[in-house]
Amino acid sequence: MSTVIRFSGDSGDGMQMVGNLFSESAAFAGYGVFTFPDYPAEVRAPQGTVAGVSGFQINFGTQAISHHGDKCDILVAMNPAALVAHSKYATATVTIIVDSDNFTKEAVAKVGYDIETLTEQLHLEECNIVEAPITQMTLDAVAAFELDRKSALKCRNMVVLGMTLGMYDISTEYAKKYITHKFATKNELVCRANISALEAGENYARNTHLVGEHHEKMGANALAKGVYRSINGNQAVAWGFIAAAEKSGRPLFCGSYPITPATGILEELAKHKALGVKTVQAEDEIAGICTAIGASFGGSLAVTTTSGPGLALKSEALGLAVMAQIPLVVVDVQRGGPSTGLPTKSEQADLLQAMYGRNGDCPLVVLTAHSPADCFDKAYMAAKIALERMMPVVLLTDGNLANGTEPWRVRGVADMPSITPPIVSREELAEKAECFNDNGLFKPYSANENLARYWAIPGTEGLEHRLGGLEKKPIAGSISYSPEDHATMGALRAERVARVAEMVPSVAIEGATEGDLLVLSWGSNVGKVSEAVAQLYGEGAKVAHATVELINPLQRGVADVMMRFKRVLVCESNSGQLASYLRSIVEHGDIRSLADMGAQPFAVDTLKKDILANLN
Amino acid sequence: MKREYTPNDFRNGSPVKWCAGCGDHAIFNSVLKALPEVADRLDIPRENFAFISGIGCSSRFVYYMNTYGFHIIHGRAAAIATGLKTARPDLSVWVCSGDGDSLAIGGNHFIHACRRNIDLNLILFNNEIYGLTKGQYSPTSKLGKVTKTSPFGTIEEPFSPAVLAIGAKASFVARTIDMELDLTKEMLVEGACHKGMAVTEALVNCVIFNNKTHADYAESKAIREERTIRLKHGEKMLFGAERNKGLVLDGLKLKVVTVGEDGYTLDDILTHDAHTEDTALHTMLASMRYPEYPVAVGVIRDVARPTYDSEVTRQIAEQQEREPNKTADDLFFGGETWEVK
Repeated sequence: MSTVIRFSGDSGDGMQMVGNLFSESAAFAGYGVFTFPDYPAEVRAPQGTVAGVSGFQINFGTQAISHHGDKCDILVAMNPAALVAHSKYATATVTIIVDSDNFTKEAVAKVGYDIETLTEQLHLEECNIVEAPITQMTLDAVAAFELDRKSALKCRNMVVLGMTLGMYDISTEYAKKYITHKFATKNELVCRANISALEAGENYARNTHLVGEHHEKMGANALAKGVYRSINGNQAVAWGFIAAAEKSGRPLFCGSYPITPATGILEELAKHKALGVKTVQAEDEIAGICTAIGASFGGSLAVTTTSGPGLALKSEALGLAVMAQIPLVVVDVQRGGPSTGLPTKSEQADLLQAMYGRNGDCPLVVLTAHSPADCFDKAYMAAKIALERMMPVVLLTDGNLANGTEPWRVRGVADMPSITPPIVSREELAEKAECFNDNGLFKPYSANENLARYWAIPGTEGLEHRLGGLEKKPIAGSISYSPEDHATMGALRAERVARVAEMVPSVAIEGATEGDLLVLSWGSNVGKVSEAVAQLYGEGAKVAHATVELINPLQRGVADVMMRFKRVLVCESNSGQLASYLRSIVEHGDIRSLADMGAQPFAVDTLKKDILANLN
Repeated sequence: MKREYTPNDFRNGSPVKWCAGCGDHAIFNSVLKALPEVADRLDIPRENFAFISGIGCSSRFVYYMNTYGFHIIHGRAAAIATGLKTARPDLSVWVCSGDGDSLAIGGNHFIHACRRNIDLNLILFNNEIYGLTKGQYSPTSKLGKVTKTSPFGTIEEPFSPAVLAIGAKASFVARTIDMELDLTKEMLVEGACHKGMAVTEALVNCVIFNNKTHADYAESKAIREERTIRLKHGEKMLFGAERNKGLVLDGLKLKVVTVGEDGYTLDDILTHDAHTEDTALHTMLASMRYPEYPVAVGVIRDVARPTYDSEVTRQIAEQQEREPNKTADDLFFGGETWEVK
């Protein structure tokens, strides 16, 4: 059982904060939660206009929640613009809480409606509309603290938070702790005013018997035992790298250029100088990856973070990393494209760019993450692959993962898989005559049994060597333009990537083990697709779902599982890129594509219909 | 134990493939001579030298060296070197790059490396032509230069690499000439030991595609004496075989005068101050072109300011002092967590 709640208001109304605090309070109380911030690209569009509306959706429930839900059961609208912009995301029987103080004739007219006929025009006749005087309640609640009107009104979101938490009997303890932590040292009065507003909202909900949808059925016991924290995908990626750096003993370096929606990773890493993390905010995307390549040459765990337009700019340097066998992780937090596209909307349309977007035959590992918490595991895994196999890895996340949050079960670094880069010294190679030429100079493309180039880090005596982007003689590493050497090195580059499949667990299958239809998904769509298939399977359909995590090389088991089903349906937010790739490498006669090009998340109910249509 | 090196310790024996008569040979030899002295002065072993180069004739440099080296893609050497030096402040990081590599495709990285004052030693081989692609004009080609891609002469004002570096606030800017082996060696040693971004513009001849481009002021020792001026910090700006010509400030412009003529005495001649933060006079000196002026060689600018890499190191030390022995686990389990029992 789960409930979806959506907060909407002006960009300055603090909806992102109230959304985060609601979800963290719910998680703290034991609910499963999953969030989806839905904000405009503009920093502060004009107040009270549809363009300026910022939203935040939370799906919370009694079991672990894997997506942010479809339409909302509760909608909070701080002004008419918010109602107009977001009522389309509500179920027909939604409870809508509006700040009645803001629903004046003028404010409604500003967004092009008539206050007398607003509910009819927006088709809200069947909804339960709660007209709460949120502005006045706020002013009353904070009157004792003598704030100026502007500061007083900033507490409106706390009334909303108290109200919604009260609707579900969720304790305000977590929120109070947060407010105290945030404001106590800065401004005692503001701190007390916010807590007072929070309590006023909570009291309002109780006194008016405002009770949330599904409230009576929602006992909270969603999560397995352990220590949890709320984490978004960007933070999880950053922390995954921090863990991998500590585990591998390699210092962490991030060279990046700010770009929505990836910037959060650079911002997070920039905070952690106490952990020895070095970040360079580069002059452009190319310098972002190039500083990382330089740091990697110098022995760091090097990463660069970007979104689609930035990945395009980095492609030549990525080719260098493939050629010179440089360990490197490139994170592409995908957004809607092409060109500048839709910076704040999510899409999965960079897949083939990541696969093929370089000159020459230039294979590299493409790994994906499918939930905010999974971003931690996949960043860690990407770093392990890069460091142990001496190669670049592209990690694909997306805007929904980057900004969405869910509870993450915290683990210590000691419990994580080992990371052992092939670092060598002259002494360690003393027995390996094949690693040196007749003059005793190190052959820089000497490799271990996993085809990983030995990592001779500058500063290592006796292993001085030169790498470069020109084609090389195998092992010796001198420049070579011979056809044989080029063919050998090309095959080696492919084989190095192919062997990475052994490092990633086989694909897991949910539902039927064989039958009519296998549904595949990846990235932030996994939660919804998985749920849609689970529901259909529960209703008796011979259908299964699998998450493709490793795309190149194709994750072990994917091809085999596909062959056990008559049809394969690939659900993705692009024109069918994974489906097209699978058709090129798996000999299955019926690979279909369920492609959504609207740069918006799938909805479980429509997914079910579409999957059923392919089942029969 | 401290090792002592000879120039040959720094070359790997691969055959050098520049054209006979190319100015790059001379720079290569000067680098080989400079490195033992740099190793001694910085007290670092050979394995702590790294050479990064971009694309172009000069960028083949690294393949001839017996140091750590990385021959990368076109234009990005300064960016790769920035990452390397930031990650590894203990290394002496050198960049070999040409006028096309650093001023055209890599212009952005070049100016930002100067601005950041990252501790690199960048040799800018300026032959005023694209040699490896066989003879197209470059951002430093003289106005009107006829090349394969400018059959009617270029219509673009050239960059002066030294002026650009000063404008971008590089803390060390020098200029040398391929045939001046000792001067080149001296500039490279000074640049490598300077803390911060050191740009040495080397005027090199491309014997095939731009022969004698610097000949008017560089062809022979006699010509160089008359048509270049060797700048030394704290010394009068004098030049000429008889060292009787000098530079004075005439209003807001430099002017060439002869000591003992027109009433000018030695006292009127400017004294070079390479250490001043102000870029105005440095820019004027670097901008001088023959025939109006002598071409400035030597250290034009050498100022002390914090380097990017040392500032990163400082901030890390400060944060680690604030939170000693912090680990990833402290981060993960700290702050807002809750336990499900």
